[in-house]
Amino acid sequence: MMDTLVIRDLKAGIEGKEILRGINLTVKKGEVHAIMGPNGSGKSTLGLVIMGHPSYEVYSGEIVFKGKNLLEMEPNERAKEGLFLAFQHPLEIDGVRFSTLLWQAYNHRFGNGKKPDIIKFRKELKEWLKNLGLPEDMADRYINVGFSGGEKKRAEIVQMALLKPEISILDEIDSGLDIDAVRIVAENVKRIQEETGMGVILITHYQRILNYIVPDHVHVMVNGQIVEEGGPELAEALEKEGYARYGVAEEV
Amino acid sequence: MAEKKQQEALLDFDYSKYGFRDEDAVYDYISEPGLDEEKVRLISKLKGEPEWMTEIRLKAYKIFLEKHMPTWGVKLDDIDFDKIVYYARPTRKVADSWDEVPEYIRRTYERLGIPEAERKYLGGVEAQYDSEVVYSRMRKELEEKGILFMSMDEALKRYPDLVKKYFGTVVPPSDNKFAALNTAVWSGGTFVYVPKGVKVDIPLQAYFRINLQNLGQFERTLIIAEEDSFVHYIEGCTAPIYDTHTLHAAVVEVIVKKGAHVRYTTIQNWSRNVLNLVTKRAMVEERGFMEWISGELGSGRNMKYPSSILKGRGARTDILSMSFANTGMHHDTGGKVIIMAPDCRATITSKSISKGGGISTYRGLVKVFPQAERARISVSCDALIMDEDSVSNTYPYIEIEADRVNIAHEAKVGKIGEDQVFYLMSRGLTEQEATTLIVMGFIEPLSKELPMEYAIELNRLIELEMEGSVG
Repeated sequence: MMDTLVIRDLKAGIEGKEILRGINLTVKKGEVHAIMGPNGSGKSTLGLVIMGHPSYEVYSGEIVFKGKNLLEMEPNERAKEGLFLAFQHPLEIDGVRFSTLLWQAYNHRFGNGKKPDIIKFRKELKEWLKNLGLPEDMADRYINVGFSGGEKKRAEIVQMALLKPEISILDEIDSGLDIDAVRIVAENVKRIQEETGMGVILITHYQRILNYIVPDHVHVMVNGQIVEEGGPELAEALEKEGYARYGVAEEV
Repeated sequence: MAEKKQQEALLDFDYSKYGFRDEDAVYDYISEPGLDEEKVRLISKLKGEPEWMTEIRLKAYKIFLEKHMPTWGVKLDDIDFDKIVYYARPTRKVADSWDEVPEYIRRTYERLGIPEAERKYLGGVEAQYDSEVVYSRMRKELEEKGILFMSMDEALKRYPDLVKKYFGTVVPPSDNKFAALNTAVWSGGTFVYVPKGVKVDIPLQAYFRINLQNLGQFERTLIIAEEDSFVHYIEGCTAPIYDTHTLHAAVVEVIVKKGAHVRYTTIQNWSRNVLNLVTKRAMVEERGFMEWISGELGSGRNMKYPSSILKGRGARTDILSMSFANTGMHHDTGGKVIIMAPDCRATITSKSISKGGGISTYRGLVKVFPQAERARISVSCDALIMDEDSVSNTYPYIEIEADRVNIAHEAKVGKIGEDQVFYLMSRGLTEQEATTLIVMGFIEPLSKELPMEYAIELNRLIELEMEGSVG
């Protein structure tokens, strides 16, 4: 229970419009959960609500992480507990260096009142940029400004690698990537997952990334509800049939 | 409730490092409040000036009386010229060693970190306390290159011909009411002369301090950069917090000769009771380059438009300004570029932040005369509004009379983005750290142009301003 994320009957939305209509999900450390579903099914909303985006309202239900009520916590407090969200559309922040943000975040995660080792930080940053196939000078560039779509996604994984979350939500980390990039991103996620034992919530529209990161559980979300659950074979079935069986004409 | 807490936090803005008063200050001379012709003569006499300067002052005083107050910009109609003290001399001596500066003044500058900065990274320092310069010193190796760096009063005594040749040529007293007032009662300020081909590789700094309540500070600065020379001049300003207005009306004239390059940096951090009404202008000759860089953080009401007149072929100017208007503040700032020769280039970059009900206005003028063909001009105004109570205005005036002119104008007003803040918070930063980081990023174009020590100081000041920004 201590290292588990539990979502119970979660109903949430924006400006009074309900998007999540009763979600139940339990994610333990070390597990990989894939959330699949057609566009507009509420997958991204789920990620944002777990992380605490202020635009979304929670109408009922609960989110508990390590026995603590997440709904009473600010996004930064959730991060400190070990949650991470890799954004579908990472934000651009002009004038702020990638390494500046990451160093501040690193301090919060590992500082415990004293400064972490900056040399170790620098070394790790350099290493992970290399692992993700990103240029070293990325560290000194402004956050996501002038990054290509693929670079933004990879930079999210670099942040995740340094912050070593306990549960990581990856929101369409594979969209907009070519097949080689999907492989690089997926292999690195897998490596981090194996090394740190983090739990993963992999939000995806497509099955292809699941060839590299094989999920323990697959949840299919349609219209704000989880309509089917299963193992990796469910994802494969969806790839063949699309979401037609849920009354949605969309390919996987 | 949260709002009230926020307001209180804003009023509690910690200016204590700068806002202290020297209660034990002793003055050699303080004039009675108010101004008339006799007082103008008296200032000139107390300084032992040549007759021609007294004449300039008296003429300017007449112009001051005739000129109307500006009817635009910030609120000015409550200035009571009869209540202002126009001249306060703490000491008669300009020291060239901190040991010789009166103890209470030395203590002030030590608290502000000036002697330390001088030892570490400045080529010369001048310190003005109320109306007079009390300390002035330049490194010996710079002196040996023929560079002159001293107070304007001293320059008038030692180099009267140079002063007479250039004084009032860039900013005539008729320019505006406050330029006329400055010309009538000017005191202190910096004189810099850089000989032909000499490059001053470390900055020269002047530090302006107002201590006395109701004092008007009217420093006068003149910088002459001869052909192919370079100098970087930095000025800083602070004052104690009083509940009455303090007027600061400076005039700065810069002469950039053929191929010369002058970089003029201001870090303005006056207390909020100071009205900052300054006229700063450069005359730029062929291939000369004038840079105005300013960080405007203080002053309750601020009107400042550094200007460059590009009068020689291929002259250039960059005007970069950042202004932060917090609660109760109104900043009306920008830049002016007058282009009178072909092949000139000008860039105006304005960044403003309004917070807690503060008002930031960009006001700029670009004028291109018919002979100024092929001018290339870029104006960009970027405003960041931190909350719903704050205001940003933009008044860009552009008059082009020449052919083949390339002008780009861009104005952006942005609110601090909720999604950006959320993104940073999701990484573990607090809301205040997130907004501060976004603001720092916003002013990065300015801070990267500053010497490192000043960039650090600027960031620290911004952090102070951001304190209590989230309820």
